[in-house]
Amino acid sequence: MSASAQEINNLISQDYKQGFVTELETDTFPPGLDEAVIHRLSKIKNEPEFMLEYRLKAFRHWQTMKSPEWAFVNFEPIDYQAISYYSAPKRKEDGPKSLDEIDPQILEAYKKLGIPLDEQERLAGVAVDAVFDSVSVATTFKGKLKDAGVIFCPISEALREHPDLIKQYLGSVVPHTDNYFAALNAAVFTDGSFVYIPKGVRCPMELSTYFRINAANTGQFERTLIIADEGSHVSYLEGCTAPMRDENQLHAAVVELVAMKDAVIKYSTVQNWYPGDKNGLGGIYNFVTKRADCRGENSKVSWTQVETGSAITWKYPSCVLTGDNSTGEFYSVALTNNYQQADTGTKMIHIGKNTSSTIISKGISAGRAQNTYRGLVKVLKSAENARNYTQCDSLLVGDKCGAHTFPYIEVKQPSAQVEHEATTSKISEDQLFFCQQRGLSAEDAVSMIVNGFCKEVFRELPMEFAVEAQALLGLSLEGSVG
Amino acid sequence: MLQIKDLHVSVGDKAILKGINLEIKPGEIHAIMGPNGSGKSTLSHILSGKSGYTVTGGSVTYQGKDLLDMAPEIRAREGVFLAFQYPVEIPGVSNIYLLKAALNSIRKHQGQSEVDAMDFLTLVKDKVRLLEMDEKFLYRAVNEGFSGGEKKRNEILQMAILEPKLCIMDETDSGLDIDALKIVSEGVNSLRSADRSFVMVTHYQRLLDYIKPDFVHVLAHGQIVKSGGAELALELEEKGYSWVEVDQAAA
Repeated sequence: MSASAQEINNLISQDYKQGFVTELETDTFPPGLDEAVIHRLSKIKNEPEFMLEYRLKAFRHWQTMKSPEWAFVNFEPIDYQAISYYSAPKRKEDGPKSLDEIDPQILEAYKKLGIPLDEQERLAGVAVDAVFDSVSVATTFKGKLKDAGVIFCPISEALREHPDLIKQYLGSVVPHTDNYFAALNAAVFTDGSFVYIPKGVRCPMELSTYFRINAANTGQFERTLIIADEGSHVSYLEGCTAPMRDENQLHAAVVELVAMKDAVIKYSTVQNWYPGDKNGLGGIYNFVTKRADCRGENSKVSWTQVETGSAITWKYPSCVLTGDNSTGEFYSVALTNNYQQADTGTKMIHIGKNTSSTIISKGISAGRAQNTYRGLVKVLKSAENARNYTQCDSLLVGDKCGAHTFPYIEVKQPSAQVEHEATTSKISEDQLFFCQQRGLSAEDAVSMIVNGFCKEVFRELPMEFAVEAQALLGLSLEGSVG
Repeated sequence: MLQIKDLHVSVGDKAILKGINLEIKPGEIHAIMGPNGSGKSTLSHILSGKSGYTVTGGSVTYQGKDLLDMAPEIRAREGVFLAFQYPVEIPGVSNIYLLKAALNSIRKHQGQSEVDAMDFLTLVKDKVRLLEMDEKFLYRAVNEGFSGGEKKRNEILQMAILEPKLCIMDETDSGLDIDALKIVSEGVNSLRSADRSFVMVTHYQRLLDYIKPDFVHVLAHGQIVKSGGAELALELEEKGYSWVEVDQAAA
């Protein structure tokens, strides 16, 4: 017999393939957060003095703030004193100079994740920065990128080697006062990627960062800064995984993008943090602030995200369209299963003339998950002829899950055109039966229907990652039908 | 090919089929006719494995195996095909993708290798021409925005590609204009072969003008009340279903 509604609800035996732990000797701070921890952190990273001051300022501000409560998610208050703010694999004084010096265990871990750091084995045309807990362990193809004038390195290295760029741009898109998690990140961020594409350069390869949480009871506070100077072009991708643990772990990242005149940044995310088990135990709290400033005329930033992991996702990759004729895009697939909760969307702030933005959001909810789209389209008085198109679709698998949409639209310029379309649909028993009657298993059928639903977003992903994302969706839905 | 013995089926507490007996041999075409509510659609659903029905008695044997024991996808892979009365839409999934996934799952089940992309394209294009469809249909989302006639032709296209052994056609003629009916019928006729059987469930006789059945069975109140050759359909058309129902009551 075909899957009945009851069976569709017989969720879920999720198979999280990245849930292994790598046994390593580590340097880990004891849990707790105060100014002394920040001093120690800054020192261990060998940071310039201005960075320490920046961190302390952020920390002091954070202490005056409250954890936001407006999102449609539920969780016990986080004990910030129970988290360790730094954990790194033990290494020699100066850190590894080449791949040969990296702990083979770490290389093995990345290999298992399908990210071999050996340049010969890498997909041609993709450079990788591998961030393991609090530190970057390797960055590939640095030489080739340097020849093109592109800087791609761990942000901790950029702090030491490119302090002028850091001073100029860090916190210029997401100030340390922006929100609770951004303030915390500014105080304690440990690593992440730094990218600078000089004027007129088209980055010769895809850049990517692979974030891995390994250590228990630590938070990962990553900070990424990408600057695309005039007329430059870059495509960047991040991937994320973590071991399976019964405790929740915090990941509070800040990503800042700056696009100057005529620059294009394409930023893609495949987020597959451990989502917790089928009863909602464990999983990552993914509280992330991502924002792009389209600072120059004709600049363009495109966010594409495929969010399948994390117990809770709180994330709104946004575009501030400052430059005239600038463009912001947001393509999102957010899939929640079991007891996962996602409150995600975007903000498009139109400031310049003739600015345009597109939002395509696909939310899929299965099991007992709650999936929320929250988006803001704001057109300022200065943004003559601004345009926005928003399409927001939700798909329900089974009848115990929820989909919610909170669109906010503020328009102060009468010449603006803002469109919003939204749909909610359910995978019907008739669709499932039809596919089964053609020979597909119920699971393959759900996966096919969901992939069809997400098509408009997947086609925005770089080719290799589109394939990965499709496979990931199939995996995340495993067990979602009886 | 198919033996149905004393099959009783109910939905909830309501008995729908009350003792169906039917034997279908390879290559035969059987038409199942009957008034609304006689259990025609239930019969095609129960053969193809749709949920929501309870078998309360009897058996269905397909190629020597217990058909009722198989999951719907296994039945499909074993060669049972249902042409739907109301084909569903699957947004974002292209027709050609579904066809390839379906064909490969069937081939895999039958111990064959997956079909090569070029061979598949050649196969599909041949069948598309046969059914006088536009190739563009292959790249459109499954049934999305298709007219009634296009949806039915799409069902026959799937049938032509998947090459089932037992084709169950559930009210295929409903919603078809005369031109579409002709094309669909020609498609079905081209698929007739000595080892492929058809069960055509239909309310009206007109489909049988184009696809000539070997046997006609009349279903009323959950039972086959009359069986005969193709001429029975014409007689029904003339006299109406009340004729067999009264006939049965008299008996």
